[in-house]
Amino acid sequence: MDPVLVLILIFVLGAVLATTGIVLSRRSQRSATPGEVIAPPPPTAAPSLPAQAVVDEVDTEVEPEVEPEVEPVIEAAPNLRDRLGRTRGAFLRSLAAIRGRGTVDDATWEELEETLLLADVGLPTTERLLDRLRERARDERIVDSEALITALRDELVAQLVATGDRTLVLAPDERNVWMFVGVNGVGKTTTIAKVAQREVNDGHAVVLAAADTFRAAAAEQLTHWAEKVGAGIVKGQEGADPGSVVFDAMSSAESRNADLVLVDTAGRLHTKVNLMNELEKLRRIVDRTPGALKEMLLVLDASTGQNGLTQARQFTEAVDVTGVVLTKLDGTAKGGIVLAIEAELGIPVKLVGLGETAADLVEFDPANFVDALLA
Amino acid sequence: MFDALSDRLDGVFKKLRSRGKLTDKDIDEVARELRVALLEADVNVRVARDFIARVKERASGAEVAKSLSPAQQVIKIVNDELITTLGGTTGKLTMSSKPPTVIMMAGLQGSGKTTASAKLAKLLKSQGRRPLLVGADLQRPAAVEQLRVLGQRIGVPVYSEATDPVQVATGALEEAARLGRDIVIVDTAGRLQIDADLMDELRAVRDAVHPHDTLLVVDAMTGQEAVNVASEFNETVGLTGVVLTKIDGDARGGAALSVKEVVGKPILFAGTGEKLDEFEAFHPDRMASRILGMGDVLTLIEKAEATFDEEEMAKAGDKLRKGQLTLEDFLQQMRQVKKMGPLQNVLGMLPGVPKELKDAEVDEGEIARVEAIICSMTPAERRDPSLINGSRRMRIAQGSGVTTADVNGLLKQFKMVQQMMKGMGKGKMPRLPKELGDLDLSQLQ
Repeated sequence: MDPVLVLILIFVLGAVLATTGIVLSRRSQRSATPGEVIAPPPPTAAPSLPAQAVVDEVDTEVEPEVEPEVEPVIEAAPNLRDRLGRTRGAFLRSLAAIRGRGTVDDATWEELEETLLLADVGLPTTERLLDRLRERARDERIVDSEALITALRDELVAQLVATGDRTLVLAPDERNVWMFVGVNGVGKTTTIAKVAQREVNDGHAVVLAAADTFRAAAAEQLTHWAEKVGAGIVKGQEGADPGSVVFDAMSSAESRNADLVLVDTAGRLHTKVNLMNELEKLRRIVDRTPGALKEMLLVLDASTGQNGLTQARQFTEAVDVTGVVLTKLDGTAKGGIVLAIEAELGIPVKLVGLGETAADLVEFDPANFVDALLA
Repeated sequence: MFDALSDRLDGVFKKLRSRGKLTDKDIDEVARELRVALLEADVNVRVARDFIARVKERASGAEVAKSLSPAQQVIKIVNDELITTLGGTTGKLTMSSKPPTVIMMAGLQGSGKTTASAKLAKLLKSQGRRPLLVGADLQRPAAVEQLRVLGQRIGVPVYSEATDPVQVATGALEEAARLGRDIVIVDTAGRLQIDADLMDELRAVRDAVHPHDTLLVVDAMTGQEAVNVASEFNETVGLTGVVLTKIDGDARGGAALSVKEVVGKPILFAGTGEKLDEFEAFHPDRMASRILGMGDVLTLIEKAEATFDEEEMAKAGDKLRKGQLTLEDFLQQMRQVKKMGPLQNVLGMLPGVPKELKDAEVDEGEIARVEAIICSMTPAERRDPSLINGSRRMRIAQGSGVTTADVNGLLKQFKMVQQMMKGMGKGKMPRLPKELGDLDLSQLQ
């Protein structure tokens, strides 16, 4: 970043803080009238909310006494809740409803849109898909709703198939490294355990690198799995340089003659530049063995919303992601964001996590995925 | 965090600002943009629809205040509705009059329950409470171990045993009585809301300990699914509140709106970073302001209050008004700013900071460099930079390991700011950055 900009920043902040100083000193002078910290916008005829912008207590959030539960006034809430309860059930059958009506009308299109949006496909991708579908419906004179759904299904599958090869690269007779990255809590460690089990069962000699030295007990979690599946493990102290762990794992793999190294990294938000830099560094360490890094897998929680696209973009920019592992797809989350990721970034989903056991980690199958999405 | 949403609304409002009167067409346009913004922010489709309907109704209704321009009117309506949807007032934990107060944490895998438990314990401890952490997550390998490490780090005891979650929870109550802890925080295993067995188990834990608060931990990055998760957990165990985690990313956090609307329970806390003290009370009104691009001045002031020496600040304020701010004062300010946390976070809370600045990656190293330059000056030079001549400049540059050009740059910038501040002391707001001037100082008092 431009140093001048930094200077300006600091100065602006300085100004603001000095202002804060004035405010604070004035506030303490007028401590008889605490309370309004920000004046509400000019009064209007509208009865504004009682709590709006008036903060009367800033220091404690926790009251020592039994508090009647603070229940902010939302008249509509219970209603909506009920309605959601109903519509959620209804939603599962929404496509059935479309089918039932037989012919395609405006409501059909609306329901299709809602189906896609509720699956986290996102508005831009949804609109693009439906535009294409409209064109097709016009060209092929689709009037039957069943045929329309089939056409949408075909569109989706075709798009996914077009993304390309989904096989994980594992070259025989050389050292292969697969690295797993992603934000916090997506299931990187569990995924690695499953992958390790799979590959050990396939007769590979696997070494796990516990390069998540940040989260408390992350290495213990991985160790537990390593012992269970019969893989080697290399770990460092908590707070140790993850680079050193990766380095050690590489040499350990060499001495043990292991052909696959799985690198577990600490979860990091893609917005934290220093942590993304750290990831680049880890990659460089692996790259000291040229060609060893075969897969850079972004682990993505199926319940992730539109932020998933940003995650994929940022991680790709930093370390060149080669594939996505979509986890926790056994819930009701549809993981529709991967449609946007595949369409915009061309990164294929390679594995899907459908449950707790190693057998629940499966290859991504476009047709199955789309069926679930439109279920 | 909610930046993108406020950007989009900004776009709509800019268009509105250029017009005299709010027409039906304008309202439709706002509604359309609002829909895009809300969906992009992962607000549930149905919640968004409802939200927009309310905004539209109010916008076209009779509530036209003479004192507001049409644009202000819409902003106010959207703001009010956002606050309503996010929860109206700041919620509170239900504290039992007879200790211990039991808090149960629940949520999906990976939403951040264990970390949130520890952070909550730390927060309560800092408020003079005596929490006990309970590791009832016997599912994930090393989850209890993780809690133990965190507990050790924050100085809070952790209780667990390798039996089953219900027994752990019951044992924890005895342990709390034995140790005289007044709050018990039960960290449960992550589970999918459709996993009947695990949901039954959660209910059993609840029935064993009768929690006063049952908090659902929700990842701010969650998409449409948030609604299903929240309503299922609410139906099964009866939630009293929500903890929103990972809001330090750039997810727009529409999940917050959805969850609040669906379960009708307040969002109590927000996790704002990886460190254990990055956890704060959730303020719906502030969050709404933030969504609308008004910045989060209250949090900033609160943070400043917690970090700053009031006397120092008052002194600096006085000097500022008289236009006597020196490099020495500036150095002090800078150090205090640093104490408030990463510059980036502080900056995000400021109202009206241009997007380029907010997005700019702040290199903390640069700040250290500025600090080094000022530290290489003599006290006299800091008080009166005009003393600095060629040879002094050289000395300063050498002392701080920069070039004389850098020193010059700093001095030049400082002079500008000094002038800015003089104006400010007289009641004018600085010109730079422009939008900062929109913030009326009187609003702060």
